[in-house]
Amino acid sequence: MSIAGLTVADALLLALGAIAVGSGALVVTSTHLVRAGLYLVLSLGSVAGLYLVLGAELVAWVQVLVYVGAVVVLLLFAVMLTRAPIGPSKDLDRPAWAAAIIGAGVGFGLSALLAGAYRWTVYPPVEPGTPVRMGEQIFGSWVLPFEVLSILLLAALVGAIVLSRPDIGARRTAEADTR
Amino acid sequence: MHAVIPYVTGALLFGLGVYGVLRRRNAILVLMAVELMLNAVNLIFVTADATRPGAGGHAGGVFALFVIVLAAAEVGVGLAIVLQYYRMRHAVGVDEVRLDADEDRAVR
Repeated sequence: MSIAGLTVADALLLALGAIAVGSGALVVTSTHLVRAGLYLVLSLGSVAGLYLVLGAELVAWVQVLVYVGAVVVLLLFAVMLTRAPIGPSKDLDRPAWAAAIIGAGVGFGLSALLAGAYRWTVYPPVEPGTPVRMGEQIFGSWVLPFEVLSILLLAALVGAIVLSRPDIGARRTAEADTR
Repeated sequence: MHAVIPYVTGALLFGLGVYGVLRRRNAILVLMAVELMLNAVNLIFVTADATRPGAGGHAGGVFALFVIVLAAAEVGVGLAIVLQYYRMRHAVGVDEVRLDADEDRAVR
């Protein structure tokens, strides 16, 4: 079932990709801090939809849980803890031309590269990957990086606590003052 | 399915992330743009996983999971740094950070 060579999965990929790129553009151009965070939710959510269409079911749900759930909430917490104004802010951006040139160069350059490499590649619809397959991969081939990643998470946890506690920083400056 | 659609989507998202990192002055918005770049890389991993079966034995999804965990750790530490800087200076602009300043004077 296809119209002009496009299957239903292709149409879904196009629609979700358009939503992801459009709301991503709003994330980097919005003048409201909180709105940028909410557009980020939309962009990350549609990327999760792309993962579902591509057959990576577990990655899609982890994306929803960790990114849309945890990371965006953390970012919005930080927006509110730094007493960001509710309305539009004028001082969010630098002059645009250098960033626009480099960003457009990277984006369209990579697009041209990947489009040139994969223009005619048509692949069969993938069967949805179950968590069983992913678990066999992680705990079979990739168990050492998995453990290293757990140590990294512990280090990030300890580092965030040390950074957030004012008394640890104050002790360091007391020594600096006595010098 | 055409492989080029998710690949080009990932490339455009990465370009938007680069633009945001270079354009934004607010540190939290810079972190949001970094999240966009990490998502673009994840999307390309998952697409490569789906369109080249057997090439790596579905390692792309595993790598995408690892990148998601790394992004969570990065955002935790990054926001702790941003909040500490805000506590010291009452500002979150990344181009107001003076690397040659006497930081000990600023901490109470």
